[in-house]
Amino acid sequence: MKTEQEYIRDLTEIRSMMERSTKFLSLTGWSGIMAGLYALEGAYIGYKLFYLNTDTAFYHTIDAQQGSGNVLNFFLLALVVLVLAIGTAIFLSWRKAKKTGERIWNAASRRLLINLAIPLIAGGVFVLILFSKGMIGLIAPVTLLFYGLALLNAGKFTYEEVKYFGIIEIVLGLLASYFIGYGLLFWAFGFGIMHIVYGIYMHLKYEK
Amino acid sequence: MKTIIDDLHKAFESRVRLGIMAALAVNDTLDFNALKEYLDVTDGNLASHLKALEKEAFIEVKKTFVKSKPNTRYFMTKSGKKSFEAHISALENLIRSQK
Repeated sequence: MKTEQEYIRDLTEIRSMMERSTKFLSLTGWSGIMAGLYALEGAYIGYKLFYLNTDTAFYHTIDAQQGSGNVLNFFLLALVVLVLAIGTAIFLSWRKAKKTGERIWNAASRRLLINLAIPLIAGGVFVLILFSKGMIGLIAPVTLLFYGLALLNAGKFTYEEVKYFGIIEIVLGLLASYFIGYGLLFWAFGFGIMHIVYGIYMHLKYEK
Repeated sequence: MKTIIDDLHKAFESRVRLGIMAALAVNDTLDFNALKEYLDVTDGNLASHLKALEKEAFIEVKKTFVKSKPNTRYFMTKSGKKSFEAHISALENLIRSQK
């Protein structure tokens, strides 16, 4: 017969196996902090380049003709921020996975990515449709909303905190779609400040 | 006390088998390689434990082809799920009763 210690160890191992085989836990707090910094930098550049140059407030509905050159640059800027943030997250996760001896591409990370990608791609397509209809003002709120939904969805397959982060982004997205002139401000707060807060919290909680 | 120990199933005495059941309890299906990665055991060792669980009818095999390569996927049967859950609550009861 086993001792009590062994039974406790059995239970601990069952729990750890259940977690390891469903959740991808190689995300790092630093990824969040870096993503936030890129987003803030991007929002600042966006503000400098586009807000100050146009007579009309950028985030009001403007006809696509007038603003299309600017908007295109804005999209490029957003794309650069996105690629940098994702690239950093993959690199840091890869490093963490290597350290803990886990593989970065496994059943759990695949599931995490699929559940993250579906709402994100839906949101991306929606943003393009909004753009083509000239509803520029709704783009920033919509990116926050769909990003929040994606995080909420993906939270099941990684740290639980990601779920709450997603809910906050959804609330921010809804607020931003009500206060429609302040899109960039909400965007900077949601993607910039919130990422940094989340990143620091996760770093202190799991990596100290 | 006696009844609690009766609930501890013999098939789950091995830690590898316990690990297999835990992983299959929270995943619809898993293939051989995924299980191997989670458990960190050799092919032969894993295969023999899987066979033992199959014999108890706790797990079943589903053979499919992925790009014309055979892919063996395992999943937990209803009776396997029941026995595994009974085993966990027996473990919990045992620990609680000894406190």
